Amino acid sequence: MELSSRTENSFKIVSVQGSRIDAAVAIEFKDAMRAQSDGGPDTVILDLSEVEFIDSSGLGAIVAAMKHIGPDRTLALAGLTPTVDKVFRLTRMDSVFSLFSTLEGALDELRV
Amino acid sequence: MNCASEQNGLSSQSDASQNARLPSFNVAVTSGTFAAREAIGMLMEKLSPLQLDIEESGTFELVVAEALNNVVEHGYPDPANCGPIKIDCTHKSNGLHVHIVDQGLPMPDGKTPLGLAAEVDVDFMDMPEGGFGWFLIKDLAKDVQYERQGDKNCLRLRVAIAMNATAH
Repeated sequence: MELSSRTENSFKIVSVQGSRIDAAVAIEFKDAMRAQSDGGPDTVILDLSEVEFIDSSGLGAIVAAMKHIGPDRTLALAGLTPTVDKVFRLTRMDSVFSLFSTLEGALDELRV
Repeated sequence: MNCASEQNGLSSQSDASQNARLPSFNVAVTSGTFAAREAIGMLMEKLSPLQLDIEESGTFELVVAEALNNVVEHGYPDPANCGPIKIDCTHKSNGLHVHIVDQGLPMPDGKTPLGLAAEVDVDFMDMPEGGFGWFLIKDLAKDVQYERQGDKNCLRLRVAIAMNATAH
């Protein structure tokens, strides 16, 4: 589970380099997100466009990352593929996160 | 299409279409961190002749992943004490029937959790980080049945996909 990150237009963009966020890597993902999101811009965009599958452990890890980032900063999710989108919709987590179908869309929408 | 009319439809077709159902198969893995991932990889390969679309394959993968995660996490909680997990899959006119058997600890109270939706209208720091698994299984699968048979857990469920699919 590798994450890469860059800062663009005062956003921190963290991209997941892997096709699955499941029980096998959920803890590793949570730790890596913690390292990537400490400090830096107020808005963190998690780019999930390479992720084809997420299970409840992966979802829990993303919620944990949001809590770590804190209520005064924003974690937005971008590039949701069909199965990832399905998990967020079914669990109603789509009402908790700002979701964007593409990273470009997220950058446009979030730009002040 | 209800069950009865589907049956009639099938019986009026040639034997060839009956034979086009995917033959039953099973896969076996040993519990552990990568068990669910490994089993799903094998299952999806065996299902490839059905040419499931992304919606169907996503549903199947999710249900099976959550069921297997549960076995690994609660059935075999001690990583030093691994055990077998066997998954049977049968393609029928009302979907894919999955039967998961393990020799781990029984479900508490001899039954599956209710699988209620996690509450998301809560304070930021109270946002749930777990408890989604059984909700997803019960939401996406049909006929979920659990039984303890001797020293084995048997979980049966049906994923209502590939109902009209034929194996290619």
